[in-house]
Amino acid sequence: MNVQELKRTANQVRKNIITAVYYAKAGHPGGSLSSAEIYTYLYMKEMNVDPADPGSPDRDRFVLSKGHTCPGLYGVMAERGFFDREELKTFRHVGSRLQGHPSMRMLPGIDMSTGSLGQGISCAVGIAAAAKVKGKSYRTYTLLGDGEIEEGQVWEAAMFASAKKLDNLCAIVDNNNLQIDGTLEEVNSPYPIDKKFEAFGFHVINVADGHDFDQLAAAFAEARTVKGQPTVIICKTTKGKGVSFMENNAGWHGKAPNEEEYKIAMADLERIGESL
Amino acid sequence: MSEVKKIATRDGYGSALVELGAENPNIVALDADLAGSTKSGMFKKAYPDRFFNCGIAEGNMMSIAAGLAAAGMIPFASSFAMFAVGRAYEQIRNSIGYPHLNVKICASHAGISVGEDGASHQCLEDIELMRGIPGMVVMCPADYIEAKACVRAAAEHDGPVYIRFGRSPVPVVFPEDYKFEIGKGNVLREGKDVSILTNGLCVASSLEAAEMLAKDGIDAEVINICTVKPLDEELVVKTAVKTGKVVTVEEHSIIGGLGSAVAECLSEKRPTRMYRIGVRDVFGESGPAGELLHKYMLDGEGVYKQVKEFVKG
Repeated sequence: MNVQELKRTANQVRKNIITAVYYAKAGHPGGSLSSAEIYTYLYMKEMNVDPADPGSPDRDRFVLSKGHTCPGLYGVMAERGFFDREELKTFRHVGSRLQGHPSMRMLPGIDMSTGSLGQGISCAVGIAAAAKVKGKSYRTYTLLGDGEIEEGQVWEAAMFASAKKLDNLCAIVDNNNLQIDGTLEEVNSPYPIDKKFEAFGFHVINVADGHDFDQLAAAFAEARTVKGQPTVIICKTTKGKGVSFMENNAGWHGKAPNEEEYKIAMADLERIGESL
Repeated sequence: MSEVKKIATRDGYGSALVELGAENPNIVALDADLAGSTKSGMFKKAYPDRFFNCGIAEGNMMSIAAGLAAAGMIPFASSFAMFAVGRAYEQIRNSIGYPHLNVKICASHAGISVGEDGASHQCLEDIELMRGIPGMVVMCPADYIEAKACVRAAAEHDGPVYIRFGRSPVPVVFPEDYKFEIGKGNVLREGKDVSILTNGLCVASSLEAAEMLAKDGIDAEVINICTVKPLDEELVVKTAVKTGKVVTVEEHSIIGGLGSAVAECLSEKRPTRMYRIGVRDVFGESGPAGELLHKYMLDGEGVYKQVKEFVKG
């Protein structure tokens, strides 16, 4: 998949996010949209996963530590062929495999049930540690929110990952600078994020534009070369990216669009799609 | 009285874990800087490459254990009950319980028999917390032999398990060839006047109490309910029908533990007069284990007095 195809896929993932959240009348579009390129790069380029064999012991693993942004994960899984796009409309409905936060027991392809912030990275650390014990070469990826890293457990996990030299672990921080109650600085600033991870023994890669596939490609390639320590890729992103009225608006952290807003959002994404 | 062999249940945990480690390469152990005390250190010594010391970070340890299980390992995670279950409750609930992962939470230093460390370290609510998590098996072994059997059964069981171990040496009540099964209680003493349902170190106290009651003409049936969940409801109802009076005895709060489990079962299936012996909604305190068990009436004499009063009343 070339960069142009990745861009088109990310735009389709954004449409999938809006569709899922609109039909659910609930969900978290803002942080899903900000991670659309990250999800797309991971599932279309970076990770060794097979929708036909989602439980393969040698597959790469992905743990969505910021579980509430699963509309983005479901959005890319549909594009990767784990299930049909149509199923996105069942998101958050009774009986759906697409739970409000990911459930590994309900949806094949989900490597860990998450939703409670701070726990996913620890689970990813456990999965990475298991690879070391069993001598397996799979890599483990985990995506965190920048607000999520206010949870102390994230730093417990980071301390362990570097102490045990888990170079098969790649954490990604979606740094869209907004959380429910406002900007990170307004709530309880975790900055400087890079210096903190560096102090915890991580190889740190700053990505100036987390929506740029060339920058993402370079970052993930660099992460693979790191030995003896875990890597974190900190991506500057825009919350709500791609939907005009959601961009940089904390109000769209966890709210669904109404019918009129849905139409505007889809038209925005349609226009972006035509330009690609 | 002849000298009874005494050994702590946590020692049973350590030795069983070492045995299992030799049999199954997927077994790994985690601790939070208490490996010497919980006895997971015995596993660490035997299999250093399969042991993870997480440092003083219990919540992180539980989620890491979940990740290890998701990748096909069988993790045994240990700390003191207060921190394993109290500190890390939400990690156990969401990272282990909700995805029904194959993690064995093996907590030592439960109950007031922790002794001198006092109330901050005497977890009396662990059974209550673990029992509420769907799919969690909850066990409280009575002695070294049963502790080893529980650990072996936990390794064979597919799903999350909580096992509660104690710090203090307790009498060995089971024979070497004891056959243990998850979810099955066992009658240790037949009786017709009152049923004493118990587990953990209170099994020894209850057996002692039953002998004292016998001298007063009260014929007590003593039943070991090591598995609090799933509860052996058939046996609980059977003994309730037989004696018509049920007492539970546990080194745990009377709220939420074995007493509650039995009360829930009987109130639905066979309403029966009941009394719950345990720690009566208070925190513990510092002191030697034996003196505390006496003060909180969980030794043989304390159980005897309370059961006798209940039977007479």
